[in-house]
Amino acid sequence: MADINVKINGIAVSVPKGTTVLEAAHTAGVDIPTFCYMKEINEIGACRICMVEINEGRGFRMVAACVYPLNFENTEIRTNSPKVMDSRRKTLELILSTHDKKCLSCVRSGSCELQALCNEMGIDNESTYEGERPTFEIDNSAVHMYRDNNKCILCRRCVAACAKWQGVGVIGANERGFKTNIGSAFEMGLGETSCVSCGQCIAVCPVGAISEKDFTDQVFAAIADESKYVIVQTAPAVRAGLGEEFGYPIGTNVEGKMVAALRRLGFDNVFDTDWGADLTIMEEATEFVDRFTNGGTLPLITSCSPGWVKYCEHYFPDMTENLSSCKSPHQMLGAVAKTYYAEKIGKKPEDIVVVSIMPCTAKKYECQRDDQAAAGVPDVDYVLTTRELARMIRRAGLKFTALPDEDFDDPLGLSAGAGDIFGATGGVMEAALRTAYCWLSGNNEEVVEFHEVRGTDGIKRSTVTIGETEIKVAVASGLANAGELLRRVQSGEEKVDFIEIMACPGGCVNGGGQPQQPMSIRNFEDLRTLRAKALYDEDKAKTLRLSHLNKDVQKLYDEFLEKPGSHKAHEILHTTYVKRTIN
Amino acid sequence: MATKKSVPFNGTEEQKAKLLAVIAEQKGEKGALMPVLQKAQEIYGYLPIEVQKIISDEMGVPMEKIYGVVTFYAQFSLYPKGKYNISVCLGTACYVKGSGDIYNKLQEVLGIAGGECTADGKFSLEACRCIGACGLAPVLTVNEDVYGRLTVDDVADILAKYE
Amino acid sequence: MKSLQEIQAIRDAMHPELELRNVGSTEANSKYERQVLICGGTGCTSSGSPEIERVLREEIAKAGLADKIQVVKTGCFGLCALGPIMIVYPSGAFYSRITADNIPRIVKEHFVEGNPVKELLYDETVENDNIKGLNETSFYKKQHRVALRNCGAIDPENIDEYLGKDGYQALAKVLKEMTPEDVIQTILDSGLRGRGGGGFPTGMKWKLARTIVPDADQKYVCCNADEGDPGAFMDRSVLEGDPHVVLEAMAIAGYAIGATQGYIYVRAEYPIAVERLRIAIGQAREYGVLGKNIFGTGFDFDIDLRLGAGAFVCGEETALMTSIEGNRGEPRPRPPFPAEKGLFQKPTVLNNVETYANIPQIILKGADWFAGMGTEKSKGTKVFALGGKIKHTGLVEVPMGTTLREVIEEIGGGIPNGKKFKAAQTGGPSGGCIAPDNYDVPIDYDNLIAIGSMMGSGGLIVMDEDNCMVDIAKFFLEFTVDESCGKCTPCRIGTKRMYEMLDKITKGKATLEDLDKLEELCYYIKANSLCGLGQTAPNPVLSTLKNFRNEYEAHVIDKKCPAGVCKDLLMFSIDPQKCVGCGLCAKNCPVSAISQGDYTAPGKKRAAFVIDTTKCVKCGACMDNCRLKAISKG
Repeated sequence: MADINVKINGIAVSVPKGTTVLEAAHTAGVDIPTFCYMKEINEIGACRICMVEINEGRGFRMVAACVYPLNFENTEIRTNSPKVMDSRRKTLELILSTHDKKCLSCVRSGSCELQALCNEMGIDNESTYEGERPTFEIDNSAVHMYRDNNKCILCRRCVAACAKWQGVGVIGANERGFKTNIGSAFEMGLGETSCVSCGQCIAVCPVGAISEKDFTDQVFAAIADESKYVIVQTAPAVRAGLGEEFGYPIGTNVEGKMVAALRRLGFDNVFDTDWGADLTIMEEATEFVDRFTNGGTLPLITSCSPGWVKYCEHYFPDMTENLSSCKSPHQMLGAVAKTYYAEKIGKKPEDIVVVSIMPCTAKKYECQRDDQAAAGVPDVDYVLTTRELARMIRRAGLKFTALPDEDFDDPLGLSAGAGDIFGATGGVMEAALRTAYCWLSGNNEEVVEFHEVRGTDGIKRSTVTIGETEIKVAVASGLANAGELLRRVQSGEEKVDFIEIMACPGGCVNGGGQPQQPMSIRNFEDLRTLRAKALYDEDKAKTLRLSHLNKDVQKLYDEFLEKPGSHKAHEILHTTYVKRTIN
Repeated sequence: MATKKSVPFNGTEEQKAKLLAVIAEQKGEKGALMPVLQKAQEIYGYLPIEVQKIISDEMGVPMEKIYGVVTFYAQFSLYPKGKYNISVCLGTACYVKGSGDIYNKLQEVLGIAGGECTADGKFSLEACRCIGACGLAPVLTVNEDVYGRLTVDDVADILAKYE
Repeated sequence: MKSLQEIQAIRDAMHPELELRNVGSTEANSKYERQVLICGGTGCTSSGSPEIERVLREEIAKAGLADKIQVVKTGCFGLCALGPIMIVYPSGAFYSRITADNIPRIVKEHFVEGNPVKELLYDETVENDNIKGLNETSFYKKQHRVALRNCGAIDPENIDEYLGKDGYQALAKVLKEMTPEDVIQTILDSGLRGRGGGGFPTGMKWKLARTIVPDADQKYVCCNADEGDPGAFMDRSVLEGDPHVVLEAMAIAGYAIGATQGYIYVRAEYPIAVERLRIAIGQAREYGVLGKNIFGTGFDFDIDLRLGAGAFVCGEETALMTSIEGNRGEPRPRPPFPAEKGLFQKPTVLNNVETYANIPQIILKGADWFAGMGTEKSKGTKVFALGGKIKHTGLVEVPMGTTLREVIEEIGGGIPNGKKFKAAQTGGPSGGCIAPDNYDVPIDYDNLIAIGSMMGSGGLIVMDEDNCMVDIAKFFLEFTVDESCGKCTPCRIGTKRMYEMLDKITKGKATLEDLDKLEELCYYIKANSLCGLGQTAPNPVLSTLKNFRNEYEAHVIDKKCPAGVCKDLLMFSIDPQKCVGCGLCAKNCPVSAISQGDYTAPGKKRAAFVIDTTKCVKCGACMDNCRLKAISKG
């Protein structure tokens, strides 16, 4: 569209016709605060915090900058006039009148968007509009998170994330008017619904109304317990996100400092879930080749993402046979730690505590699933999100930025680049294809990159030819995309042999357990691409880039599991699924 | 609120067949949810979880979306009214003459809270604003019948009339 | 399916029957000697008209008059206060407040013997021995019925009667003789503005919907029949009395903008209207004036009914469409406007019932005819629902520009019981209270806005000196709080806080600073709310603050409610000089706050009673029961 000339606070700007006031202001270097607005998925103009004055030739009036399109030459916009400031303050004061203002003890204190804006706007009285305040019970029913409606500001970002990104829709607005609240059908606890535990609602919540269940105290206690041998492992996406909690630019890989911090927190071993990822490739590639050549159930669908697995169980119960029986990488590592490694260090599995640092909230749920206990005790004892790790580091007084770079421990710390890229959508597929390519082509060390499965498109497709064999693959991230792909597969419209699905849009780098970036950043920066780049760069820089060449994984098979897909490997590294209903 | 007591759901196969027929007829229509809910309420008298679940499964609409719609509109009801709906005036005049005690007594005797319905579907109980019968305070109504100048002891006799 | 010729033949055949329904008509070639029109609108139905109709038909049959007298159930006549009503043509005798028990006598004396039962006629129509038609009463004389022209005049369940009134001729005209652009130009030229609220020019709406998305694969025509303002019921009357006019107008709109599907969103609280619409749509499809290839012109248009489910906000256009789509009826931001992205994201025209009711006549009689009525910027007529402290509650249709005084004093019959006019509230919860100094302002869209109110859908509630303006504002705010959708912050929380502040004022607990804070909040909510509901919610408060500030201040400063309405500020007392000590007050006091005192006034036998104000709950039972008016409040 043609450009039009407008003035923002007196400064001339040229923007394409139809640009929103918010975007135009951003171009002009002017921030307008927002709460409800999420580009493309929550353009509802509800919170009214972004109101600005606009004059399209008929005098100034107030409009919502987030959704108001600029269509007229010479439109004038005021984003910081007394009237706008007054509106913003009143909106904040009204929100505060229904908000449970326990800021000191709130998990979001310091990262709360409401708090930050109140501060910016100089709100000096949080009780201006004191009056009736609806009160709610906190919903603790889910394994991975809680919802505290007393803090909810009804921006509905969680609702949009749940319904539009994830196609799940277990939370939404109920009742109306002053009684409007976010909840599930019939006030069911989230744990009773078909919530898939992805945590995208947490990632987008501007305040402390939705948060993960925090297990940092339990982990500190385990570390302090002399009788316990505490192993920590970190997922690939954590190193690409953790830095944001300590002021690094988005997409900074802080692997070395993270390892150093974990060691200083007192963990006995610091392992890398990437190692588990390499192991997963061995098992899953074997499973695929077996199904592909022996007429097994296809398409095979990856099972690394527990949010996806739960979604499959609830929404596509007929397709649980398509799921790979492989445990997810951190569960594999936990299983190996409590069997093979336990033997090596002479510890009983019950004396070992495995802590997984994950970009994910669904992993909190996954580690409590049945059939995730190779040694008779849970493979993984605690799952902490990237955010909880940051909390531990701060609480322990570690100066993160001043830490040295350190390496993971052996033997479960060595990993191929293929394991690194598990954290981005398409990464598992690429890692598997790299190995499959080597196996099928007979060239055991050739690294082939599969760029068609990279990038942040919701559904990606590719046909891979290896020698005589043609394999159709597809990659989906975000469960709404996954649902769309699966419906096509189920109806026969689309034929695919191998599918990678990640619950979170963009994969684990954008997981529900990653640092919360305010919407003012998310609306203008692509977190998924920036964080994924850190992982692809790490892969690129490594000499070891193929999972099957990981010597420590090879050693595990030689010493313990015999070969990929063996009976013993199945007992330790594989799991089962259940069919569930939609609630 | 979903925690209110209500009669156990006793929808019949016949009602279900009717509802399924309505859904089948409406399914292809754009914006079919409202008409389906309205018909469902006509069939069952209210929209309990069991009915919403059928609609959710058959129409492929998340339960929460349906519940969000149902709780938005005043005409949709999650709870059945009893055969006899008891309405206790909690207007000021009645209140100071002890209608609150009568209300409490009714809750105790019937084993339900305000807005709920007894398990046998016989009585539902609610509080209302002044019905303009202050001279008779405290008053309650059972369907169309008005009872005035009540004491807590009268509750049992009134209920007995409808047993 | 009927051809245009067949439709016109039906019209011609109906003419003599309809001709008879003119007062004193003697020329009519009707098959009947008399026609009895009985109101089947909501008001008369709930006061017993169905039973009256049943008995009437029975008695007429018994008297052997069945082939001489036709009974026609019509829609609302407008004079709801006098219902149930019945009109006998050709004399025009107007029976009011009749019961089924009156029927045998009316049949015998009037129909058999030819003597109207004067004592059952509406008193204004009886002057000595003369019986006047309804058209000569003050209520009807100043009215000018355009939108309501068929209401109370035809059987709404019989399409033939509508055809007899030139029904569907406007549709035929546009399809056969006019281009869509012609139609839009005619509506533009007529100056018709939306009758539902803001008064947006209807032709402009249609033009945008026709042109803004040139390649749209589907467009829609919607009718807003979700009339929700407390006290407004003109749309209901049109739907109940003349449903086909809405169908015809929607088809015309469909032709003008290029839509083939219409939806009528009607309140489920209007069961009679819903039923009549169902019947009308069925008949229209049967006659082929809805459906495929209308009048053989290749134009397709059909209409579906959608029922509301009890949410006032669904009267807002985007909320209405969101609701039809099967969602919570929450408004969405505009732009995009419905003309661009409306129902199901397609270009949509949405007008209300009364707006549509004007369309066929504009087409038939021309834009100039319509533009000849009204004021410079508000053309045509407007229907008002008169209510409150007024003699003739009911529906009146007057040319735009009629003054409040004319409507209230002349048509409405003034304020009963000799009380003084204090304010008129227009526009329901979105409108404001008009003070006596604007009694002579001509009513139109722009004048109403200028004096702090708005047209809204046309509710007109009259208030007298016994109404407390703070209490009225609080009443409307309570309504808004209940009906806010809860989506945007200013309306969801702001209106609640406004209500709480008003409540504080009526309880005598507010300060002057609170008044300022309230006013500030009003302006904020007006400027910042997402939709019209929130943007207009403060109007009842702002207009009363402006026009009746002294009343607010009395509550705040003196802790008094001058109108004697706000209970917390009332004191009941017994005048010992008047009290005869009968004790009726004490007997009726629900809280035993009244007892006999020591003082006996000179000339009285017993001591006067006194009220213990600490116990008094201000229910007023004592005052109601005192025969000597010895008890006062203030």
